[in-house]
Amino acid sequence: MLKKTVLNAAHRAMNARMVDFGGWDMPVNYGSQIEEHNAVRNNCGMFDVSHMCPVDVVGADCRAFLSRLVANDVAKLKVSGKALYAAMLNDAGGVIDDLIIYFLTDTRFRIVVNAGTAEKDLAWMQAKVAEWKLDVTITQRRDGANNLGIIAVQGPNARAKVWEVLPQAKAATEGLKAFFAAEVDQYFIASTGYTGEDGYEIMLPADEAEALWNKLNAVGVAPCGLGARDTLRLEAGMNLYGQDMDETVSPLDAGLAWTVSLNTERDFVGKAALLANGQQKQFLGLILLDKGVLRGHQKVMTPHGDGEITSGSFSPTLQQSIALARLPLGVQIGDEVEVDIRGKALKAKVTKPVFARNGKAVI
Amino acid sequence: MSNVLANLKYTASHEWMLLNADGSVTVGITDHAQEALGDLVFVELPEVGAHFDAEKEIAVVESVKAAADVYAPISGTVTEVNQAAVDAPESVNQDAYAAWLFKMTPDNVADLDKMLDAAAYQAVADAA
Repeated sequence: MLKKTVLNAAHRAMNARMVDFGGWDMPVNYGSQIEEHNAVRNNCGMFDVSHMCPVDVVGADCRAFLSRLVANDVAKLKVSGKALYAAMLNDAGGVIDDLIIYFLTDTRFRIVVNAGTAEKDLAWMQAKVAEWKLDVTITQRRDGANNLGIIAVQGPNARAKVWEVLPQAKAATEGLKAFFAAEVDQYFIASTGYTGEDGYEIMLPADEAEALWNKLNAVGVAPCGLGARDTLRLEAGMNLYGQDMDETVSPLDAGLAWTVSLNTERDFVGKAALLANGQQKQFLGLILLDKGVLRGHQKVMTPHGDGEITSGSFSPTLQQSIALARLPLGVQIGDEVEVDIRGKALKAKVTKPVFARNGKAVI
Repeated sequence: MSNVLANLKYTASHEWMLLNADGSVTVGITDHAQEALGDLVFVELPEVGAHFDAEKEIAVVESVKAAADVYAPISGTVTEVNQAAVDAPESVNQDAYAAWLFKMTPDNVADLDKMLDAAAYQAVADAA
């Protein structure tokens, strides 16, 4: 039995093509993935991401808890509403999950974790609270009473469209810089996203989500499926948990060194392993020069040894196939390498792992 | 819902076939297949003159989402490929029955009689 978000009926009413996405019945597209992708780059689109799990972290020891729990340093969160992207590691330095932490007060934080990892994340967090004997309460907000829906509205016109249907939110959100959140009545509105475009992610009581979804659609916000979400995040060079990294991969080998804060006295789970192992691979982009489509798990042949594509697809913005890949140290941006696609060695160019943001190619 | 044409033969792996007056068979992927794959961005077709046994991988279609093999519906020799589909993969999304992929000369034209008719394929597509 697939799990359904509170917007399931709304997707079906909009003729979504539904797929099993990690046990969730989710829309992959509403017709054309490429049109949805372009709507977000050029105008505005919305995604149901209610399968992701908000987790409220409350109590006197919130900061002490989060400081040890994740590889990024919550000491960077000084202003209420500020968000931090972080990796939660196991003792071996592998990534249990990547998540966003929102700082509300010193005794109240909100974390949003991935759909497929939510149960193990919660169990891990609860175990650490007990092990470290801290005054922290962990409450998931996805299922059951008081659950939340999440709608991501993304694109250059996203903010204006959100204000059109939620005028009461304009004053509190128009000054939000990237990676902040504001609470407006029952709405938790964050200037975060997974597309490389401006916009908001809106958490709200689940029973209000369908009304907001339909109001946004009525003012011209295109419903977009998880297919477009994947090509948008790939172009933006954003990692996908389970593909670009997992429990066997160090954040240093997954392009996440920028989220790992190693230069202070602070200890965190996995730190010793990261210091012992260092960086073994580099996480870079590829653009296919020959015709074809790069896909996850394809082998990359370089003069420094073999690497592997972790995510690949066709880039609607570049009109070429692009990929994120884990490559041997020594490979340089600009190098030409070969990718094994069905037994043929096709030529690809190594790039930085960001292809398009804010409506434009950046390669 | 996806479209199934009455005058064609089909495979359970979502290829369609049209028997031409000259004895050749035109092959493409069905409307149901293009809809399931989503926006196509890459088509790779076989070499003209190559022989394929039935159910062997003969071509590849890739959408933004996934790569899919196309299988030789019957044993035969490739006589022509549709370069227009290679140059504009989206034409297969626009009309999967107009944007054919290749033509082949069957080893045994009677093999076509064993293929699914429109009603039988409709049942396959509905169940998918």
